[in-house]
Amino acid sequence: MIANYGYKDGSGDYFIAIDTDRCDGCGACVPVCPNSVFMVMDEDPNDPMREEPVAVVADDQRKKIKYACAQCKPGGERMPLPCVVACPVDAITHSW
Amino acid sequence: MAEEYWRWTESRWTNPDIDWKKGDIITGGVDVGSVSSQAVVFVDGQLYCYGNTRTGSNSPDSAHKAMGLAMEDTGMSLDDLQYTVGTGYGRVNVPFGTRAITEIACHARGANFMYGPTVKTVLDMGGQDCKAIHCDPRGKVTNFLMNDKCAAGTGRGMEVFADLLQVPITQIGELSLQVEKEPPPVSSTCVVFAKSEASSLLREGWPKEKVIAAYCSAMAHRVVTLLERIGVEEDFAITGGIAKNVGVVGRIEKELGITALKPKIDTQIAGAVGAALFGDALVKKERKKG
Repeated sequence: MIANYGYKDGSGDYFIAIDTDRCDGCGACVPVCPNSVFMVMDEDPNDPMREEPVAVVADDQRKKIKYACAQCKPGGERMPLPCVVACPVDAITHSW
Repeated sequence: MAEEYWRWTESRWTNPDIDWKKGDIITGGVDVGSVSSQAVVFVDGQLYCYGNTRTGSNSPDSAHKAMGLAMEDTGMSLDDLQYTVGTGYGRVNVPFGTRAITEIACHARGANFMYGPTVKTVLDMGGQDCKAIHCDPRGKVTNFLMNDKCAAGTGRGMEVFADLLQVPITQIGELSLQVEKEPPPVSSTCVVFAKSEASSLLREGWPKEKVIAAYCSAMAHRVVTLLERIGVEEDFAITGGIAKNVGVVGRIEKELGITALKPKIDTQIAGAVGAALFGDALVKKERKKG
């Protein structure tokens, strides 16, 4: 499943997509994020029949990820995103 | 008291072909949304009854009210439910709920039951959010996004417009189609700004139907851009209260170039239906484990 967390508003689309078929909930994305955007849940809230852990974008971050992620997305030249680099199975993508 | 144009009718239904007392697995699904609450009861995987009410200021009360309405005159009580799943905005506040499951999972599962396994794309136009879901033939979510940051393009927005234009909410859709030429959509989708934009259009002398058409079209365009992110694949179904608005549905169909499946039952109960079906699956799973 591709889980898109975030929102769309007048200024653009801000979604972090997590491919839950790849994610095994290893949690590598959690400590590398300077703003604690990610967390690992014991089971996928959007797939009640699955029983493996999975990473999600934390509830309290979903409506402000444009700002939460801003630190890693400066104007001009941008370094690779820590969460994307840390994920061993390439499960994380950002829409902006 | 002034007439309440936004007010939609609460409803309930019982399946006359089912005798619940003979049922083996009886499960409940409760969807406490931001605007409306629904409760359904499933008996052996079949829809037995449902109730559709407005959400009050207190989620536990709304859950009780919805289930009370669903069970009216059926002789059932909460004790007869073997497993109850709560979903929606207030899902953790269902006092008689065994477990809470997100509305994303429940809407996909519910639409799969209501429209059949051919459904691949589900658009839920709820009271204060909008969900675009892609699912497989078993109703399992394969891709989703939810926009709940603002109420643009949602049922609450339409209620505000019904009141402003003094048109009963059930007639908005029809009326919006009575324009000779489609007006340009209102430029703001934010409910508050769209309302002030509509007020100035009315002041300029636009007839009601033209203003409504401009709003329905803005709403349709907004959700289509959300759908495009997950990719639209037929069959396509719309759930939620706005699915009853032909003005918005027609414009979404036109913009996508595909037709939405016609609903057979109340489009507002999809989340609760999915919740009860998960309850059914979870009871079976527990029994298997022994």
